[in-house]
Amino acid sequence: MVPPSADKPLLDDLQTLLGDRARAEDFELGLYGKDGSVLEGRPAIVCLPINSEEVRCIVNICGDHKRPFIARGSGTGLSGGAVPVGDPVVIATAKMNRIIEVDLDNRIAWVEPGVLNLDLSTQLKGLGFHFAPDPSSQQVCSIGGNVANNSGGPHCLAYGVTSAHVAAIEVVLPDGSITVLGDLTAEPSGYDLRGLFIGSEGTMGVATKIAVRLTQNPPEVRTLLLDFSDVRDGAAAVSAIIAQGLIPAALEMMDHRAIEVVEAFVNAGYPTEADAVLLVELDGLAGGVENGVEVVRRVAEAHHVGEVRLAADEAERALLWKGRKNAFGAVARIKPDYYLHDTVVPRGKLVEVLEKVYRIADAHNLIAINVFHAGDGNLHPILAYDSREPGVLERVHAAGRAIITASIEAGGVLSGEHGIGLEKRDYMGMLFTEHDMATQDLVREAFDPEGLANPLKILPSGSRCSDSFGQHVPEGAWV
Amino acid sequence: MNPQHFIEEPILRFASDVGSVGPVTVVGGQTQWEVGGLPFPGSREVRAPAGIWSHEPEEMTVRCGAGTSIGDLNEKCAQFGQMVPFDLNSEATVGGVLAVGRSGFRRLRYGPIRDLVLQIRHVDHSGQIVTSGGPTVKNVSGYDLCRLLVGSLGKLGCIAEVTLRCLPIPETTLWLRGAGDPFEIYNQLYRPSSVLWNGKQVWVCLEGVKSDVESQAALLDFEEVDSPPNFPTQGRMSLEPKALRGLAGNSTDWIAEIGVGVVHCGESQTPAPLSNTNKVLMNELERRLDPSGRLNPGRQLVAT
Ligand SMILES: Cc1cc2nc3c(=O)[nH]c(=O)nc-3n(C[C@H](O)[C@H](O)[C@H](O)COP(=O)(O)OP(=O)(O)OC[C@H]3O[C@@H](n4cnc5c(N)ncnc54)[C@H](O)[C@@H]3O)c2cc1C
Repeated sequence: MVPPSADKPLLDDLQTLLGDRARAEDFELGLYGKDGSVLEGRPAIVCLPINSEEVRCIVNICGDHKRPFIARGSGTGLSGGAVPVGDPVVIATAKMNRIIEVDLDNRIAWVEPGVLNLDLSTQLKGLGFHFAPDPSSQQVCSIGGNVANNSGGPHCLAYGVTSAHVAAIEVVLPDGSITVLGDLTAEPSGYDLRGLFIGSEGTMGVATKIAVRLTQNPPEVRTLLLDFSDVRDGAAAVSAIIAQGLIPAALEMMDHRAIEVVEAFVNAGYPTEADAVLLVELDGLAGGVENGVEVVRRVAEAHHVGEVRLAADEAERALLWKGRKNAFGAVARIKPDYYLHDTVVPRGKLVEVLEKVYRIADAHNLIAINVFHAGDGNLHPILAYDSREPGVLERVHAAGRAIITASIEAGGVLSGEHGIGLEKRDYMGMLFTEHDMATQDLVREAFDPEGLANPLKILPSGSRCSDSFGQHVPEGAWV
Repeated sequence: MNPQHFIEEPILRFASDVGSVGPVTVVGGQTQWEVGGLPFPGSREVRAPAGIWSHEPEEMTVRCGAGTSIGDLNEKCAQFGQMVPFDLNSEATVGGVLAVGRSGFRRLRYGPIRDLVLQIRHVDHSGQIVTSGGPTVKNVSGYDLCRLLVGSLGKLGCIAEVTLRCLPIPETTLWLRGAGDPFEIYNQLYRPSSVLWNGKQVWVCLEGVKSDVESQAALLDFEEVDSPPNFPTQGRMSLEPKALRGLAGNSTDWIAEIGVGVVHCGESQTPAPLSNTNKVLMNELERRLDPSGRLNPGRQLVAT
């Protein structure tokens, strides 16, 4: 299809730069209109640069044409961060996927943003190091996306989220200049622009190179599966473990439905009759790990645990994790579609909020499945549905809103790791005052005064950044 | 008095102290007072509220006024076997420590202090309260202004109240001293809390359960000491960890944090220069968040 004539001069400029790596084919524009959320938009043009210099030129061309741009990694984001609104040029980092340098003396690796999370750790195997953030999507998500969303993962309980593992970022700023935020030293001069950029969801520029910190592999690892005949006991055990002063490497929870679907899909030997299981991993030196296993066992027993299964070897451990990491895919066995939520509540409120989640799902005639990072109170209720059922999306959205409200009422926050994007943009007011958001907007504006970088994300339409393109969330999208 | 009021009242009082006109300087424990340059004479002195509003051991979080001393903070946390590993003079205030942004000597294991911060409420140039971050241990709601405020020397806002992550106090802490190649020693150990080097001697801090500390200590032929060495306090440099090798043979007075790259030295140092682009970004932030330059004037992060 021929692009709308308004886009022709822009496309010409981009094609002069990139040749057929600047595209406006109907089919492709459709593909790049979505991410892992249910939201959908449409880009004007898609570009596939191969290096920082090309990104810089694309951003400059966008500036000349006063056209917004949006960086895109693997498109696995769940809050619509990579969904193009405002007719932007998509800058996809898929072809920027080189590991540039592994610098073990500094325990740093420089990577391009399109490097897939797991690929880096696979490359590092044998060197005794890994990249600690491990989102469940790690086989496919990009490190650029991890940086933009400040992503987490099961092992972030002990090791911290992405922000703790990034030393420096080369960024193409919205005005087309290129700079490095942070450096390889512990205390770079000036304000922590690196920390500010991480989690800014592409609204402050495009990350073109990233220096990630490498973490020593632990000498010992033990993985336990605990089953409970009452989900409330499992949830209470979570805060009790932490209250013992033990921070496991990972502490994940799955409820009865999750166990059923995962077991049917992966055959990990999960106890399908259990109401909930906890997957607990301890790592480090032998003494601390053994001690941790004993603490977990003791707390679990005090909370009426059924069986305590300790993975006998690496194969069994991998199998237990396979179940957890494939849980979302497994949901397809019940219903063809699902909506994955992400809120955080104080650990002590897990039982209360989980019960509310079930009640909310029942009230909206939906199925709720819970597989989540329990150790840090990060809930991931999945609402499974069939989009062919008329009116079902409205129910899904209403239930989602109720879950978010319940989490905030319990002293929680809007998102633990998936970000605000478009999905939760208009909920920001539940957590922040107008003045808080106006202040955030001032900070954003210091990087992007023209509002060209991934417009209409994070801050609600009320605040200044959002009027610039006069476009609202596209049809079918949820706000 | 309702508990929320008990918390809000001192914050509101601090906001009105900061007000909206005239230069103000926030005074903390004055333990790192000269960092970034002395405040302009004549600017009004204000103090952030002190007090621990809540410590929730099972959440491992603590919420306190920014004027709270880190000594008081850690005394409170220790009642439940927890700590906030700031490792600085106990007279220092939480707000001051965060505004200066320098981490303590166990950073190697516990990470930089900015990663301990969950939520900050600050008073902005107009005397209004701004909240950023969130009270939970994990959160990505909105822009991460907490990171921006840590190390800002109070130039973007006056920290009024913070919520911090606590950590369990390790069962055993052991300081050792000996000789050897500090880089090899660092690579031999698993997550030591600190490895320090002054060109002649190496200090190692090991923490964890007793048997682990002992097994790690057995890898080294070191003697046990009571405490870390005294750090020279005049100067501080921040180098790439591997660049510390270049210090060998340097006969001045210094102690380097191996694996981290911070060097404590006897002579004051000029901070590494910023790129022009970063300078512009930082000036833009200052211009927007403190248009009249009234917050902590005289302190300087961005050399002109
Ligand atoms: C099954 C499944 C499981 C998941 N599990 C987790 C989990 O455990 N933890 C977790 O945190 N997340 C999880 N996610 C969410 C998602 O995978 C992460 O947010 C991931 O980091 C997104 O990476 P991406 O490359 O797909 O980014 P995209 O979706 O392409 O983009 C996400 C955001 O990043 C911006 N962006 C991308 N690249 C750049 C760049 N180079 N410069 C600037 N901005 C950029 C985009 O504009 C967008 O705002 C999961 C998703 C799925 C589908």
